[in-house]
Amino acid sequence: MNLARRDIQHHLGRFAFTTVGIGLLLMIVMGMGGIYRGLIYEATLLVDRIGADLWVVQGNTRGPFAEVSRLPANLEDRVRAVPGVASARRFVSHTIQRPHQGRALRMVVQGLSWPEDRGDWVPLVAGRPIRQAHYELIADQSLGLALGERLRLGMDLYEVVGLTRGMVGSSGDGLAFFTVSDSTAIQFDLPGEATRLERAARLHRLESIDLGQVSPQLSERAMAPANQLPAIAPPRVSAVLVTLREGADAATVAATISRWTDVTVYSTQEQRDLLLSGMVDKARRQLGLFRVLLILISTIVIALILYTLTLDKIRDIALLKLIGARNRVIVGLIFQQALLMGTFGFGLAWWLGRFAFPHFPRLVVIEPADLAQLALIVLGISMLASLLGIWKALTVEANTVLSA
Amino acid sequence: MNPSPDTHPGVEVTALTKIYGSGNTEVVAVKDVSLRVARGEMVALLGPSGAGKSTLLTAMALINPPTSGQIRIGGEPVMDGPRALVDLRAFRRQHLGFVFQKANLIPFLTARENVQVALEVNDVPSRAARQRAMELLEYLGVAQRADHLPDALSGGEQQRVAVARALANHPSLILADEPTAALDRQRGRQVMELFAKVAHEQHAAVVVVTHDTRAIDLFDRIVEMEDGHLKPTGDHFR
Repeated sequence: MNLARRDIQHHLGRFAFTTVGIGLLLMIVMGMGGIYRGLIYEATLLVDRIGADLWVVQGNTRGPFAEVSRLPANLEDRVRAVPGVASARRFVSHTIQRPHQGRALRMVVQGLSWPEDRGDWVPLVAGRPIRQAHYELIADQSLGLALGERLRLGMDLYEVVGLTRGMVGSSGDGLAFFTVSDSTAIQFDLPGEATRLERAARLHRLESIDLGQVSPQLSERAMAPANQLPAIAPPRVSAVLVTLREGADAATVAATISRWTDVTVYSTQEQRDLLLSGMVDKARRQLGLFRVLLILISTIVIALILYTLTLDKIRDIALLKLIGARNRVIVGLIFQQALLMGTFGFGLAWWLGRFAFPHFPRLVVIEPADLAQLALIVLGISMLASLLGIWKALTVEANTVLSA
Repeated sequence: MNPSPDTHPGVEVTALTKIYGSGNTEVVAVKDVSLRVARGEMVALLGPSGAGKSTLLTAMALINPPTSGQIRIGGEPVMDGPRALVDLRAFRRQHLGFVFQKANLIPFLTARENVQVALEVNDVPSRAARQRAMELLEYLGVAQRADHLPDALSGGEQQRVAVARALANHPSLILADEPTAALDRQRGRQVMELFAKVAHEQHAAVVVVTHDTRAIDLFDRIVEMEDGHLKPTGDHFR
């Protein structure tokens, strides 16, 4: 006869409510771990998916994911000339927040190096990759945009031609893929008055030097849009992505480019490490501490619950002692209940998490290894938590049954 | 038929003294009490409140060690003063049965399981324990209530189940403390009749602490206590 099971059957409601409470607590512990995994996944998603072998960024910077990195767009041509390089692409990335249909739309603008890169590598759930040099975008579903929807950014309208899922930046904002020139236009979009003033200032500066005075054609060119004036205001990109030829040695190519003093080169792994050791690291440690605290709290809560359950049946335990039950019978009663509570709580946490986690604002990734680790932790805290109840049960005297 | 205590020893208490507290708070609950109860004999332990009956009973039940004196059960020495001479819990499991004022049934076990658990803690296999429990419940007339939880049983039925549990492991000594206090006259007598039946048919020594003299005719012997002593005239053979 299993006393633990019979006791639970008799107090099923209380056991169920207690288990639900423990399950919710464990779901939070599970969620914390999942948020941490999601943070890493989101942070490294783009680096992993974009398929570059080397990242060339502004000299002495850590690249666009860590800080501002500005490079001339024509660096791409210099990089292509390096032996071992198969291709080079411009990379533009910046976050914007614009009003759209009465709400604030926050997105990470990602520039694709048109025409080489049309976003064919972006996993689409609907629509198609970019097919035009301008005014098209692929949007992550989290942005809430529909296929075919038009979006005004600056002075231009952009049409959503493709939808992707789970493509978010390290801050959790959805990605929107444009061509590099469009993303630059969005980034440097200025109000009309600011543009007019900037052009007037440009003309004034030109007229104040000999070159401007002797070349009226140059003055006319100075009034053109900035992005059409590479000599005056070359468009800037965040990084240049390098794909190596087959068999090329990445270290050799990186060493060659590193000799240019205006740039810094990182391998994809280095870029990934920089991401994780920078912005993700503090969040990771914070989540880790929260997780440890929650596990401690769970242990204390389960211990108190088991202690209370033990107190509730202290007369029964005294009676068992009186009729000669061995300690293992009594320990088994409490320990099995602790294990059942932990097991059901863990199962409930997992089951509830399947419904709850997808609704969290940040991605929650529950990996089998993390589940197994948490299961072991739950086993450990169940054992630990049962000690208090077991101690109480073992110290109660058999004659308590007479005095009760 | 009352067998001789010398040939069929149930419980034998020699010069037992129990003192609670010390110094100014010292209370002598039982003083120099000697008592023998043979197997097959049912003895009533009478006396006013505070006479030391329950203390003597709990000492014999091996849950309240005496300050001095010896206890032998089934001829085996088990206590010498406060010192245990055997594994008390194992000894209780194998040789003793208990019935209290309240039935003290485990609330989450059915009537049958309450009996069965006493057998299983004594290493009786589950199937055999179940069968024996049912036999006992039938013997005591509550087999039809075997699958009911204690809450669903009347006071008399609960006491019968408690008696069945006390009998489960064929104890040589059954100790009962005010077993009829919570029952009406008729049910109280029925329980006492059960004890007499058990003592005589199961050949167990039965010691019953009671204030209830309405069923006193059922006992083989009456022992009276007062102020921690056995009264000189208190050991009567019926």
